[in-house]
Amino acid sequence: MKIRASLAGDSTEVKVLMSHEMETGQRKDANGQTIPAWFIQNVSVTWNGKTVLSAQWGPAVSKNPFLSFKFKGGTKGDKIVIHWVDNRGDRRTDEAIIA
Amino acid sequence: MDGGRRAILRSAGQATLVALAAAAGLIKPEDARAEGWNKSAFDARSLGEALKGLAAGEPAQSKDIAFVQTPEIAENGAVVPIGVASALAKTEAIAILIEKNPNTLAAVFDIAPGTEAAVFTRVKMAQTSNVYALVKADGRYYIASKEIKVTLGGCGG
Amino acid sequence: MRRSSPEGRRLAARARAGLRALFAALAVAAAPLAAAQGSVSEEIAKYRAALQDGNPAELWEARGEGLWRERRGPKQATLERCDLGKGPGVVKGVYAELPRYFADTDRVMDLETRLVWCMVQLQGYSEADAKRNPFGSGNDKKSDIEALVAYITSESRGVKMNVPLTHPKEAEAYGVGEKLFFFRGGTHDFACATCHGEDGKRIRLQELPNLVTKEGAQRAYTTWPAYRVSQGELRSFEWRLYDCFRQQRFPELVFGSDAAIALTMFLARNSNGAVFDAPAIKR
Repeated sequence: MKIRASLAGDSTEVKVLMSHEMETGQRKDANGQTIPAWFIQNVSVTWNGKTVLSAQWGPAVSKNPFLSFKFKGGTKGDKIVIHWVDNRGDRRTDEAIIA
Repeated sequence: MDGGRRAILRSAGQATLVALAAAAGLIKPEDARAEGWNKSAFDARSLGEALKGLAAGEPAQSKDIAFVQTPEIAENGAVVPIGVASALAKTEAIAILIEKNPNTLAAVFDIAPGTEAAVFTRVKMAQTSNVYALVKADGRYYIASKEIKVTLGGCGG
Repeated sequence: MRRSSPEGRRLAARARAGLRALFAALAVAAAPLAAAQGSVSEEIAKYRAALQDGNPAELWEARGEGLWRERRGPKQATLERCDLGKGPGVVKGVYAELPRYFADTDRVMDLETRLVWCMVQLQGYSEADAKRNPFGSGNDKKSDIEALVAYITSESRGVKMNVPLTHPKEAEAYGVGEKLFFFRGGTHDFACATCHGEDGKRIRLQELPNLVTKEGAQRAYTTWPAYRVSQGELRSFEWRLYDCFRQQRFPELVFGSDAAIALTMFLARNSNGAVFDAPAIKR
């Protein structure tokens, strides 16, 4: 994941790029077999431990998902933690510091 | 985005005990998540079914929901930038639905108090279609829509 | 000169008004067509602009930097002593001066061939292994070369293209590249120039840059490599050439071949003076 958290006035802007196939389950491979669906289902963003955004996704979210939003508050040095879980049960957590 | 790659603090993305147990057939992957995932809403194949799955009833059209930084034409349906901003008071959730996709519901965002009611992401669109932004505000549902055209690009780029 | 009479002035004024009305009517008739054309390309420009913020290419750049610094291969060495033209380990600005002649191999090399050479020399890979997977497909089949290309090219962002043409072999590569550009062949008798040799050409809604002009070459060359959303992959310039050959129904352009290097030399040199602005993001 590439996370950027930056101050914008009295708010913090969070931009994330996640690395994930987000396979829809609609495609077929060269042998005609359906490529199974594989996509992030849950995302959560916390700021100093407090959840500021959570999301449920389907496979229609684009490959290598991008997400951007703002929340009120935040100071330089605060920790942003982003966590996702996909439909295979794989999970990933990354963090960034508000710059 | 500016700044260095070096700003990433990576943690190991390891498969969890849960995933291993699931792989061993001990538990179904769907059971393994505490977070919850609205399967009936995401499996829905029409706007009506998706709204039903979201228990959104009959949302009222609202001019207080805007599509922001959302182009009217996408050069490629694999990546369509969508931004939704809600000016409705006490917005708790924003959902993006794509009428002509095989499964209508693309994403649902829960907006915590103090978080700006605006989200930007990118979705796949199978073809030119109406895109709906559903907002839950103060317990009620509102909706707005925009048509986004998906073109077939040329060979190069 | 006879001063115009009030009558004459009134007639002239009426004539001018009539002409204005005529032009206005014509403009209105033409407006929907012009506006339609204009608004389509405006909206596509908005689409492209919206994509710039948050380019998945950054994921490749990060992976590439990791690969540059990681001990790998039979020799368990990093690539940090690799000389890409400005000295061992120097990555800043190197892409703006590639392809170029390298004395240690006595040939002109582009970034991809130079990276392969460093993987062989420094890390002990066989050339076949180093070239095995130049174009990735999906998370299960990632290409190390593409990641390294993303990293190295990102270190030339903002630098003016300055490809040398001082060594005879550089001039030769340029000449061969130019010949290839105009060479018609394959089942469709296409040359690169067929699509890219004139102004105003397009395929469906895709405008084709005229690579024979300076501006065309500059705009095209300085925006590769790019995250191609239709591929979901970061694609290098050699990939772009490979895919053009495929679309021209030419035989496969072999990765790292002299033909690929020559064509790259031709187009890169033609882009000199423009600011490099990649990895970019494209349809």
